[in-house]
Amino acid sequence: MSLLTHIHHQAEIGGWTSQLLVVPFLLALLLYITGVKLSNGKYTKWPLKRTLLFTSGIIFAVIALAGPIAERAHVDFSYHMYAHLLLGMLAPLLLALSAPMTLLMRALSVNASRKLTRILKSKPISVVTDPAVATVLNIGGLWVLYTTALYEAMHQHVGLYLFVHFHVFLAGYLFTISMIYVDPTAHRRSYLYRTIVFILALAGHGILSKFIYSMPPKGVPVEQAESGAMVMYYGGDVIDGIILVILCYQWYKTTRPRALSEVALKG
Amino acid sequence: MDMDTSNYSRRNLWSGILFGLGMVAFIDETIFHQLLHWHHFYDKSTTSVGLVSDGLFHAFSWFATIGGLFLFADLRRRKSLVWKRWIGGIYLGAGVFQLYDGIIQHKIMRIHQIRYVDNVIIYDVIWNMIAAGMIVVGVILTIKTNNRQRSKEVAS
Repeated sequence: MSLLTHIHHQAEIGGWTSQLLVVPFLLALLLYITGVKLSNGKYTKWPLKRTLLFTSGIIFAVIALAGPIAERAHVDFSYHMYAHLLLGMLAPLLLALSAPMTLLMRALSVNASRKLTRILKSKPISVVTDPAVATVLNIGGLWVLYTTALYEAMHQHVGLYLFVHFHVFLAGYLFTISMIYVDPTAHRRSYLYRTIVFILALAGHGILSKFIYSMPPKGVPVEQAESGAMVMYYGGDVIDGIILVILCYQWYKTTRPRALSEVALKG
Repeated sequence: MDMDTSNYSRRNLWSGILFGLGMVAFIDETIFHQLLHWHHFYDKSTTSVGLVSDGLFHAFSWFATIGGLFLFADLRRRKSLVWKRWIGGIYLGAGVFQLYDGIIQHKIMRIHQIRYVDNVIIYDVIWNMIAAGMIVVGVILTIKTNNRQRSKEVAS
């Protein structure tokens, strides 16, 4: 491929593609705010905290997709990793914490939310929200991205670029909601199972970061791969640490001892 | 009642072990990697098995730090914390981690060395002696609190 077409593609991916990727996120924000309005008309007031969580999640996703960091991410791998952390980890976490499904259920008519519940209880949803499946989609996807020619190809084909970015976000979101339950969850898995899978996922992420350090993806200069790998490793630890604290806290709350009087009766 | 006590006794130990393990991993990461730069992020002499083992261990120690502290909080709310036993657990977890790190990870899997100098053996010996020392203290505290628990049960 000639240098000229390369530059042309780069410009294309940096320009309108980013703006295209931002659209669904802005639509989601609009939908969320409409949902809050509808819900507040019917039930008790929707917590402002959750609206703020959702909004900040959208802001971080948009920062990852458009603007100065996103622009630099196309040419500098360490910036790519900052964008990756925002889009694949931080934004999904903030959005999951804002309980969007609960809001949707409230905003919809009783009939519609019943139908939605039936879908959520279905077998396919049960499969993809299993922590192990979500981990393979999330961490496995990253392994494919950074250890094959996909990373380089993504910067040359607009379709691939769009697909990879949506996948990174969606898989990150799926992974987060498979580990911590903020919305009502039809297919609950035990805390022990979730913890074990989470540790394996965290390990998979850490191993991949060090692998990138030693074997830079095609087209990435060594220094950029090294600094990007460290961003991925330590940044991943920080956000995974937050998820772990929430997971342990929920576990801690469910195992609280029964009231003292009951214990006295038993003894 | 008996079962409860022995459960909490085990929980005291495990909470300490997990937290001790996580704490040493944290110290290792912040002091030796980040501040002193004695350890390498990745020195490229690592085998692939070493890389996987390192990743798993790092992930587990992250969980251990956080999980160990939540177990500690659980013991406190159940008013079942035995400080001495918990601290014994910390020594055990810290010592076992450091010995494993010093012998298996550094020497056998060659993930990285403690420091990149001549006569690294001196560092290795000190590292592993400290680890062994912590294990000894941990074992003593554990055994001591075992006895105390038993004599308490007999008394009641």
